[in-house]
Amino acid sequence: MPELTVPTLRELPLRILPPALLRTGRYGLGGRGSAHLVERHARVYRRTWGVLISGFVEPLFYLLSIGIGLGKLVGTVTGPGGHVIGFTSFVAPALLATSAMNGAVLDSTFNVFFRLKYAKLYDSTLATPMRADEIALGEIGWALIRGSLYATAFMAVMLALGLVHSAWALLDVPVAILIGFAFAGAGMAGTTFMRSWQHFEFITLSTLPMFLFSTTFYPLGVYPRPVQMFIEVTPLYQGIVLLRGLTLGIVGPGLLPRVGYLVIMGIAGLIVAGRRIQRLLLA
Amino acid sequence: MDMPAEGASGHTEAAGRLPEEQETYEGLSVPAGMVCDVAEREVLIRARGLTKVFGQFRAVDGIDFELTRGEVFGFLGPNGAGKSSTMRMIGCVSPPSGGELRIFGLDPVNDGPSIRARLGAVPQEDTLDVELTVRENLLIYGRYFGLRRDVIKERTARLLDFVQLAERADDQVEPLSGGMKRRLTIARSLISEPEILLLDEPTTGLDPQARHVVWDRLYRLKQQGVTLVLTTHYMDEAEQLCDRLVVMDRGKIAAEGSPRELIAAHSTPEVLELRFRIDEQEQAVEKLADLPDVRIEVLADRILVYTADGDAALADVGRCGLEPLTSLIRRSSLEDVFLRLTGRRLED
Repeated sequence: MPELTVPTLRELPLRILPPALLRTGRYGLGGRGSAHLVERHARVYRRTWGVLISGFVEPLFYLLSIGIGLGKLVGTVTGPGGHVIGFTSFVAPALLATSAMNGAVLDSTFNVFFRLKYAKLYDSTLATPMRADEIALGEIGWALIRGSLYATAFMAVMLALGLVHSAWALLDVPVAILIGFAFAGAGMAGTTFMRSWQHFEFITLSTLPMFLFSTTFYPLGVYPRPVQMFIEVTPLYQGIVLLRGLTLGIVGPGLLPRVGYLVIMGIAGLIVAGRRIQRLLLA
Repeated sequence: MDMPAEGASGHTEAAGRLPEEQETYEGLSVPAGMVCDVAEREVLIRARGLTKVFGQFRAVDGIDFELTRGEVFGFLGPNGAGKSSTMRMIGCVSPPSGGELRIFGLDPVNDGPSIRARLGAVPQEDTLDVELTVRENLLIYGRYFGLRRDVIKERTARLLDFVQLAERADDQVEPLSGGMKRRLTIARSLISEPEILLLDEPTTGLDPQARHVVWDRLYRLKQQGVTLVLTTHYMDEAEQLCDRLVVMDRGKIAAEGSPRELIAAHSTPEVLELRFRIDEQEQAVEKLADLPDVRIEVLADRILVYTADGDAALADVGRCGLEPLTSLIRRSSLEDVFLRLTGRRLED
């Protein structure tokens, strides 16, 4: 796989920067090699596809128990823009966002840590023309492929239960993938700093409160203002607001900054992860 | 003549078991780039003052060497001599701390991926993918090189035959023996038909029989003109496989040449190995030091007498009134070269 020589960043005019960023030899945002790593994972999971079921079943159980069970008691909630909606319709998009987060985090942390420290998968990968940033994008890409399967299955259930209220919901799966991208990037970047399994407590310590408090089960209004402000800047909240808006058809330009937030989070994670793998393994 | 219980006898025996036949493995095609063209002497790797520093430790301390196409080049030295660090720098998985390194005329820091595309690497510890089968290991590794699946499939069949793993093609990797895993790693490194094959301690950790199977395969690659770079602390491995080698010690190159040249330059043609009772060894050393035209090395369990004529030296020993428990006359080996150059043994 011979590579073309690419001029350094400084030599390039700004308008062609993005493609150049993807191509520079040492620091890029992934490349063709990423697909080879995805192919490797697909081959492994072809034999153990059973483990893929849990990623779908978990949010479904939450939806059935909390959404439908608790929904009988709660009835209605005041949703975005002051609309009064059924509790289950309120909770379902949040569960989709949460499952996108959990799936991405699981793939990009535990699995990556194992491959990095124990299976030494990347050591052998880096003896080939593959680059560290291609590995980073490959891992994140694989997490997103799994995530998109879960999201699609969950959407089907939501549709069957009559929880989809707008054509905007067609964007739910892409947004769930975006949420996965943000968390997979951050998760993988964080994993490169971990030295033992004990450090994974920090992951649960950050994802569980996000799941419980990011307006998953009740509107933001129940919190005092300082708590609201804190929650408004956490990443899962962005995802929940986006999916809830799309699913209920309450869409406005205010959603765009939240998309930007998740895009930047994912790209930042991807860059950090690539550079850290480079530093850890090519020393 | 009595034989010492271990040591030298083990080495000569091991060397004797290496394949003598010159047959080549016909099923394995060798790309044109791998075959030696003696007339050209094309330099593939050039290192000048190459250095690798970890914190305060200078693992590789300013070494110079060149590798030309078609040769088998070895780094011989004890553990910690800097062989693996050098190998990792050549493999573009570790940037040099100083000096100059050019591989195919390219800079490993800036052109790492393009250089690695033309190298095959057998690392010291197997890094096989345990979640894949034997065959899939070759497939996915080939894919990392951007090879097409049909090309990989065709090469996989030949390579698994070559490393005698065809029957295990669809097995998982974990249950394979150490020797099989090492052979699979070698097959994997050949999937891209590399111009240079890097082997870091290819037989370390293998039992003697498995080691000989690996040697046999490497010997066949050598016969086919594949350019090999290997590190080893087994002198018989270096002697049998290497056209040219450097002796490394504490990050530096102590000597360079073909095995024969090194022995001629740094040792005597013959070595007389003597073993005495523990309480007699000290006295024997004093008397042996007075013998004409010899040099002696005192090891923990025996005394080595370096001489042009072993029989004559043994006769001299008898005339001194010394009665060794055992004595052995053998040809000098790279072990002796190493002992002479560094004052230490290789496999300590």
